[in-house]
Amino acid sequence: MADIENAVELKNVVKRYGEFTAVQRMDLTVPDNSFVTFLGPSGCGKTTTLRMIAGLTDISEGDLLIRGNRVNALPIHKRNLGLVFQNYALFPHKTIYENIAFGLKYRKVAKSDIRDKVNRALDLVQLPHVADRYPNQLSGGQQQRIALARAIVIEPDVLLLDEPLSALDANLREEMRVELKRIQRELGIATVFVTHDQSEALAMSDKLVVMNNGIVEQEGAPEDVYNNPASAFVADFLGHSNIIPATLGGPDAAFTKVMLQSGETLVTIPEQTAKANGAKDVRAVIRAEKIDLSDQNNAADGVITIPGKIKTVDYLGQQARYFVTANGRDWQVINPIDAHPHQEGADVFMHIAARNCVLLPGHHD
Amino acid sequence: MAADVAGARRTPWVLLSPSLATISLLLIIPMMFIVVYSFWLRTATGADQVGFFLDNWIEVLGDRFYRDILFQTFAIAFYTTVICALIGYIPAYFVANTPMKSKTFLLLMLMLPFWISYIIRTMSWINILGASGALNTLFVSIGIIDEPIQMLYNQTTVVLGLVHYLLPFMILNVYVSLDGIDKNLTEAAQSLGCTGFQAFREVTLPLSFPGLAAGSLLCFVLAAGTYITPVILGGPRDAMFANLVFEAIVTQLNWPLGSALSLVLLALLGALVVIYTRYLGVDQIAKSFK
Repeated sequence: MADIENAVELKNVVKRYGEFTAVQRMDLTVPDNSFVTFLGPSGCGKTTTLRMIAGLTDISEGDLLIRGNRVNALPIHKRNLGLVFQNYALFPHKTIYENIAFGLKYRKVAKSDIRDKVNRALDLVQLPHVADRYPNQLSGGQQQRIALARAIVIEPDVLLLDEPLSALDANLREEMRVELKRIQRELGIATVFVTHDQSEALAMSDKLVVMNNGIVEQEGAPEDVYNNPASAFVADFLGHSNIIPATLGGPDAAFTKVMLQSGETLVTIPEQTAKANGAKDVRAVIRAEKIDLSDQNNAADGVITIPGKIKTVDYLGQQARYFVTANGRDWQVINPIDAHPHQEGADVFMHIAARNCVLLPGHHD
Repeated sequence: MAADVAGARRTPWVLLSPSLATISLLLIIPMMFIVVYSFWLRTATGADQVGFFLDNWIEVLGDRFYRDILFQTFAIAFYTTVICALIGYIPAYFVANTPMKSKTFLLLMLMLPFWISYIIRTMSWINILGASGALNTLFVSIGIIDEPIQMLYNQTTVVLGLVHYLLPFMILNVYVSLDGIDKNLTEAAQSLGCTGFQAFREVTLPLSFPGLAAGSLLCFVLAAGTYITPVILGGPRDAMFANLVFEAIVTQLNWPLGSALSLVLLALLGALVVIYTRYLGVDQIAKSFK
């Protein structure tokens, strides 16, 4: 505990707008040097939380700590934060140099130091030659790099990024993603990143915070959250999942059966897992890409097989997304394509390994 | 093919022809008459002598009387513009920062004065500042003064009347440019260490300057060309240039002199507009009427 300092800490933070609660009792830490992502659909409270950290929105209840100091009442200009907006928000009437130097000027940095720091920031974002231009003379991607340079040049305690890649087109977005992560690592700056794009969130984060309706659904390392969703919302929101209502069957020796409602056994799981779950009614979460489609029934040990028929095929290039009718419902399956995708109407076998089946309490329906 | 191209080239002119015809008929051709008139000469008999005489122009450009009134006109227009800019900015800023729902209402309130005749609005000052007006009656009744004081009919009341008339134009222009400023910009400035006021000075004020400039041009031109306000609220020495034109044409029936006078004002204001739009672009002014 002592050696890890938290750049930002939220304790029981609540935000209300009149009757409406935008953020409910949020507890969260942003450890030093880490990249934390708030992921969720629009209106989930992720931007509100970012704005509370920035000081652009008041906190209704709870405490906000930056570097261990309570800053609830500290105005934004005294918080020492780097803020990057989706629409870049560069000052259109100032040159790129003036834009980046802006924060340094208000920090009373000496003129010669300002020049050095601005040049270094421009080098860091790989745009050393644009200092004399105006923002509207740069492309969207370049403007976002400058916005990033402007935010980091002041050496902020926390870097706050509000959907910074969403306004860019797909190729550029990927390039900027890599770039952003490189710069963050190079500077070792604690970063809060808000996005609704799950691939950005999974690719960039040290810690992923999935939000919905003003509450944190789950937080953790991206692969943990992806592989072990704690709620149906997370399972549904991250990637493509099959959420299957099921019942836990009677214990036999060391295993417990997860039965489909039709009575068939879906998978068998270790008894502790079943016990920990508590309830008899469960939902089994199986990721679409964790189901193996085959035209032959060739299951290995610990893998169950469900026969089905392919209803539709979405050809996606390297892989295909299938909707398979089996057991009285539709299953989503995403498989890499080996030469040819399976054909519509073909009879197939779905192979599911027990370890790829995550149980959630309660019926989904 | 060639016919198609020729046809395509013609289309804009065909579409423009009604407006061009209207403008020519109602503006350009009458203006030509005025130009021609200005070179005629009114004789002692009262009849106009047709010909090419420079007498009117020599009188208008050479006589100190006209020059003084021209300076006075521009001074009044200048004071009016500065006052409008200073006191118009605040309501414009307020409206621009109001939530959408109330904004529509506030903008409607800004338009409201235009529904009442400008003459009546100007005359209302007589009821406020006149000898038996609201202020004098109040001051006498509470005993600050013994008898009504003369507040009307001077340059100050002319400027007051013009500010009253032109303020909405300024507010609307400034509002449009303030409304177009991205709120993220002030937030970005604050995140970089500006206080609210510093962010205003660094970001909002410079970005609203085009609206302020467009509003100022509009106020200045309208104020400089005004005729009614000095007649109603000005004293005998507060004549403005448009009053001279009226005097020459309507009272003295001296069309040639009046034509020359009006062309001088037109040329000066026209030059101002041209210089202005060179640096600011006409689109700024057009924007406020969207």
